Amino acid sequence: MADDPIMAEDPLTGDEIELPADVEVGEIIDSPVTGAELEVISLDPVVLEEAPELEEDWGE
Amino acid sequence: MRIGVCYSRIRRDEKLLLTELRERDHDVEKIDVRKHRFGVHEPPAVFRDLDVVIDRCLATSRSRYVTMFCAAHDVPVINNFETAEICADKVANSLALAAAGVPTPRTEVSFTKAAALESIESFGYPCVLKPVTGSWGRLMAKIDSRTAAEAILEHKETLGHYEHKVFYVQEFVEKGGRDIRVLATDGTPIAAMVRSSDHWLTNAAKGAETEPFDLDDRASELVAAASEAVGGGLLGIDLMETPDGYTVHEVNHTVEFKALDAATDVDVPARVVDWIERRVAAGIDAPEVTAS
Ligand SMILES: Nc1ncnc2c1ncn2[C@@H]1O[C@H](COP(=O)(O)OP(=O)(O)OP(=O)(O)O)[C@@H](O)[C@H]1O
Repeated sequence: MADDPIMAEDPLTGDEIELPADVEVGEIIDSPVTGAELEVISLDPVVLEEAPELEEDWGE
Repeated sequence: MRIGVCYSRIRRDEKLLLTELRERDHDVEKIDVRKHRFGVHEPPAVFRDLDVVIDRCLATSRSRYVTMFCAAHDVPVINNFETAEICADKVANSLALAAAGVPTPRTEVSFTKAAALESIESFGYPCVLKPVTGSWGRLMAKIDSRTAAEAILEHKETLGHYEHKVFYVQEFVEKGGRDIRVLATDGTPIAAMVRSSDHWLTNAAKGAETEPFDLDDRASELVAAASEAVGGGLLGIDLMETPDGYTVHEVNHTVEFKALDAATDVDVPARVVDWIERRVAAGIDAPEVTAS
């Protein structure tokens, strides 16, 4: 069970995608389908959403 | 330790930090600041019983307010509000460096197009116009001519929100195609790299090439002074090399370190967490005094 890949639905395309084994809530991943940034909203169940767009005050 | 990590987005940097903290068995509370409410009368419940809060907010506005609440309710936070206030604003940043006697590029601030043009003409071409908040080299302009200056100023004045009507004009520094990023904790360098690019912007976020950099005594001295100028903490200090020596153009307070971790042999998250542990053990309000 522990070794099962974490699968999720790409919210933009509906494709089934695999997430890194150590993925966590809040993390941003690049969709392997479109390259778009996706945010991990929850892990149980696994839900992804399109990540928020870059805001002007973001950065270091 | 019980460590709260404030964020709204887990970048690779936060991931490295969280992993290191968990590997050392710290009790990590992830605090997505988008989900919380911060009351003015009492400390937000989420901050209770934490030994320290680490502010990793990507949005500078959130970082400022989160640390402001920490300061108001005596919640220890890395970096503290005072430092966030200075580093979040390029004007405050430059003023702090200048006041501390740290070499920093000549800079003038003005509030009208006419006054900004006077600054630009007095610096000569090229010169640089920067937004007072923002990062990753966004909305920065290298101005090569008076006609370009007029157009950029008009655009900013017409299209920008009020912060874009604060014109931050800086001399152009001939930096030999690269700048230096140093990650430091209370002024002690952890790792350093040069970022080189054919483009005048050499931010790692803009795809500059990175290479490890050995700090000489003068650079280390300036890193310590620049850190102190903004109140210390976990900082990214940016320097440029000029024929007259180093100049520090800014200090970043929610510093990204994934590029440094990749570019150097240093285990950056481990060194950062070593320092956090020491700081918390020593009482967070007392910055480490660097032996020099
Ligand atoms: N006065 C200057 N002359 C020449 N080049 C400059 C000058 N100021 C900045 N640069 C170049 O532009 C890049 C971005 O500058 P700066 O660090 O001020 O912007 P930023 O958007 O705040 O970046 P970050 O927050 O990611 O460090 C620097 O890395 C440097 O290469």
